[in-house]
Amino acid sequence: MPAPPQAGARPQAAPARPPEPRPSRRHLFDLKYSAYAYISPFFLLFFAFGLFPLAYTAWVSLYEWNLLSSEQTFVGLGNYTELLADDYFWNAAFNTVSIGVLSAVPQLLFALWLAHLLNRPLRAQTFFRVTLLLPNITSVVAVVVIFSQLFGREFGLINMVLDAFGLGRIDWQAGTATSHAAIATMIMWRWTGYNALIYLAAMQAVPRELYEAATIDGASTFRQLRSITVPMIRPTIIFTVIVSTIGSMQIIAEPMLFGAQVSAGAMATGGPDRQFQTLALYLYEQGFRSYEFGYASAAAWVMFLLVVLVVGVNFLIVRRMRGGLD
Amino acid sequence: MTAVTTRATRRTRGRRAAGPLTYLTLLAVAFFSAFPIYWSVVVASHDNSALAQVPPPLIPGGNFFANVARVFDTAPFALALLNSVIVAGSITISVMLFSTLAGFAFAKLRFRGRNALLVLTIATMMVPTQLGIIPLYMLMIKLEWTGTMYAVVVPSLVSAFGVFFMTQYLSRALPTELIEAGRVDGASTWQLFWRVVLPIARPAAAVLGMLTFMTAWNDYFWPLVVLTPENPTVQVALSQLASGYVQDFTLGLTGTAIATLPLVIVFALLGRQIIGGIMQGAVKG
Repeated sequence: MPAPPQAGARPQAAPARPPEPRPSRRHLFDLKYSAYAYISPFFLLFFAFGLFPLAYTAWVSLYEWNLLSSEQTFVGLGNYTELLADDYFWNAAFNTVSIGVLSAVPQLLFALWLAHLLNRPLRAQTFFRVTLLLPNITSVVAVVVIFSQLFGREFGLINMVLDAFGLGRIDWQAGTATSHAAIATMIMWRWTGYNALIYLAAMQAVPRELYEAATIDGASTFRQLRSITVPMIRPTIIFTVIVSTIGSMQIIAEPMLFGAQVSAGAMATGGPDRQFQTLALYLYEQGFRSYEFGYASAAAWVMFLLVVLVVGVNFLIVRRMRGGLD
Repeated sequence: MTAVTTRATRRTRGRRAAGPLTYLTLLAVAFFSAFPIYWSVVVASHDNSALAQVPPPLIPGGNFFANVARVFDTAPFALALLNSVIVAGSITISVMLFSTLAGFAFAKLRFRGRNALLVLTIATMMVPTQLGIIPLYMLMIKLEWTGTMYAVVVPSLVSAFGVFFMTQYLSRALPTELIEAGRVDGASTWQLFWRVVLPIARPAAAVLGMLTFMTAWNDYFWPLVVLTPENPTVQVALSQLASGYVQDFTLGLTGTAIATLPLVIVFALLGRQIIGGIMQGAVKG
């Protein structure tokens, strides 16, 4: 098996050509400007389909703009004031934060612990790594389809197990708390292994002398995790917290498909009572069910500001968390 | 892979070896990671009545191919598979090529505006995709691309992550002296790219290609928005199969198995490299 890309793995010889020092005009032009030719395919497409839509959202959000009507009326910040007065929007915001916290916090703690377990002399290291990442290559749709069966009311495997222990069946989709727990489980299943591998990569860079000294001093492995590993890999922890936060704020496919299992009509609303409609799903409902492009664009901007806010707060919290070294 | 393993062993030598409890825990986690996928195969190989049994069947049955036939009858799954191969394939080739080109320029060429453009690229990686989705949809209507694969392929032809990934890799792996030596020999930038940069970029481009293919194959939200039920990708067809008024779990999970197994097989063969790529990107990125 070829190794993963290593720096300077295969330095190839420079093109064998007789030295002919001729700083021609063509050569100078090549030196000065050809870089733009290399980045231009990327930036042309990136501007057209990446950056332009981002900026244009702000413009659209100032209009009463519906796909089905030919006229667009300028309403200023009207969409925003309407949005902030909409109970469904705040319901979606609550659901997003709730599902986000329920999935991200246990997920990252568990990933940290798993990486800690993997970061020691271990047989079948590759086997464990590959199975850990298996959920991550499964598509969101597949995950929801599988878990909707597992969480099914009648024939779901989980309810069968609960029943066998005399705990009774749960209608997972019906309640706010139970549906959030089910969706959080799907997200956790898909992402825990991925984060564990990222932590493991960072842990392998921690000097082993630190652990040796700690072992001599009689520190338990849990104590070592808390007092050596966590402070040493803090940049990676901050990175995963930020990435998970951004991901949590965008959750859409899970609640959408989980709702579609109940009825096709519940797809965009996140359950009949909107008990698991997230912000992104709310945006979808406004933009692609009602085709209120202006209103949905305003929702997209508010959502983005919330992401920035939540990421900022999380960043400050994680940065202030002290390791045990002090 | 050997290089990584030996490095890991060296780093961890001197630490307490893993006890039976560690193995038990890891085995349990491996079980829970693999079980849902295994379960989809179990359900896909039985009929619906088997699911109602207590206890339910836990080993695959003999109904798989009958269910597969039912899937192809119910949804345009053959077309969906073809569409997904075309979509994921063209996105992968394009992202690998354009990311390597731009990564080379950002890593090794000096030009005005380089830092600003690189910062801009990285910053947009942090912006939620949903922020631009409404105007992107309006753009697709203008171009009359809705319902076609152009709408899915073209916006994904380049990726900010890909450029970031290749820039990171090439700035480490490509010795600047090699570029300078080539310049002294009178090679043009284009010749340098083909003869020096590409051979060195190949391993990282391969990892990027695998990650891109998986992402494109699994992408759901945007294809759902711009495509029609008559001309879907695999994930869109799968979501139609699994949702509706009558819950036919066998049908849904058979579709899931068809859509997922190709990736699982690729992953079983190339998993080590993919994991190596993810872990390396994590530390250096």
